[in-house]
Amino acid sequence: MTVATAVAHEGTAGHAEHTHYTSTGLEHRKIAVWAFIGSECMLFASLISTYLIYKGRSVVGPFPHEACNPPICATPLKPIRNIPVTSVSTFVLLMSSLSMVLALAAVENKGKPGYEGILGSSKLWLLVTALLGTTFLGFQAYEFTSFVHEGLTIRTNLFGSSFFTLTGFHGAHVTAGVLWLLTLLAIDIKRGLGPKDALLVDISALYWHFVDVVWIAIFTLVYLIK
Amino acid sequence: MADHEFTHTNPDIDVHAMGEMHEHPTWKQYKWVALVLTVITVGEVWGYYIPSFVASAAFVPTLLLMSAVKFAIVVLFYMHLRYDHRLFKALFTGPLIIAISTIIALLLVFGKFVGR
Repeated sequence: MTVATAVAHEGTAGHAEHTHYTSTGLEHRKIAVWAFIGSECMLFASLISTYLIYKGRSVVGPFPHEACNPPICATPLKPIRNIPVTSVSTFVLLMSSLSMVLALAAVENKGKPGYEGILGSSKLWLLVTALLGTTFLGFQAYEFTSFVHEGLTIRTNLFGSSFFTLTGFHGAHVTAGVLWLLTLLAIDIKRGLGPKDALLVDISALYWHFVDVVWIAIFTLVYLIK
Repeated sequence: MADHEFTHTNPDIDVHAMGEMHEHPTWKQYKWVALVLTVITVGEVWGYYIPSFVASAAFVPTLLLMSAVKFAIVVLFYMHLRYDHRLFKALFTGPLIIAISTIIALLLVFGKFVGR
C-alpha cells in the first residue's frame, strides 16, 4: 500500500488516531495477536508432545487410566482421571467462547436496533465470559487438589510432571485471559466500550478462543485417549 | 436478542484494518455452532464409556477426528478466520502445521506408533 492510499484509507476509516496500520493496510495489533497465537501453537505442541512421549513410561503410580497395584505401588491406587468433572469443565469453557463472541458482537453493534437490551450488553457478556473462565479454573483447582490427595504431584512420576506442566500452563493462560476480560469489563463500566473499541475486544476474543481450542486438543489427547 | 446480522455497517469500525473480508456469522449461526460443539463433546465422552468402542481400532481415530472438527469450528466461526484476511490465515495455519508435524515427528522418533 502506498503512502497516498494509506492516507486515503485512514481518511475513509474516520478514526486514524485509533488505528495503527502496517504496510499491509491491516491493524498491527491484530497481526501481532495472530503471530502470538501462532507461536503459542508451537509452545503447546511441545508440551503436548512431551506428555504423549512420557505417557505409559511412569514406573510408579498413580496412573491416569489404569489401577496401580502392589508391588508397583505400596497400596492399591485406582485410575486417577475424573472424566465427568473434566467434561463439565470442558463444556463450561466451550460456552465461554459463545459468550465471548456475543460480547464482541455487542461492542461492534452498540447503539444499533436490537442491541439496547440486557442481551445486547457487552458488560453482561464480558462478565459471563470471565465468570465461566473462573469456573473452569475452579474445576482445575479441584482436580489438582484431588490428584495431590490421591498421591500424584508434579514430582511423583513422569505422568505427574508432564500432566501438571501441560495443564498448569493452560490454566495460567486461562488466568491471564480472565484478567484481560476483567480489565475490559472495568473499561466498559468506566467509560463504555463502543464500535471504536471493537479491535480491543476482538484481539482479547482471539486469545480467549485460542485458549479454548488448546483445551479441545488437551481434553482429547490427555483425558479421553487411553 | 433477535437474529441480527453481525455486519459492520457502523462507520466507526474499520473492517479493512481488522482484516475482515466478509460479514460475521449471525446470532443464529453462533447458537448452532455452540450446539454442534456440545453435541460433539457429548459424543466424545459417550464413546469413552463404551468398552467395546474403546477397545476397537476406531476409537483413537474417531476421537481425533471429532476433536479436529471442534477445533476447526471454533477457529473458523468464533475466531472468524473463515472471514478474515489471508495473512491472518497464514499466520495461524503455518505455525499450526509446524506444530502438528513436530508432534507427529517426535512420536515417531520415540517409537509411539510401533506395534499399533
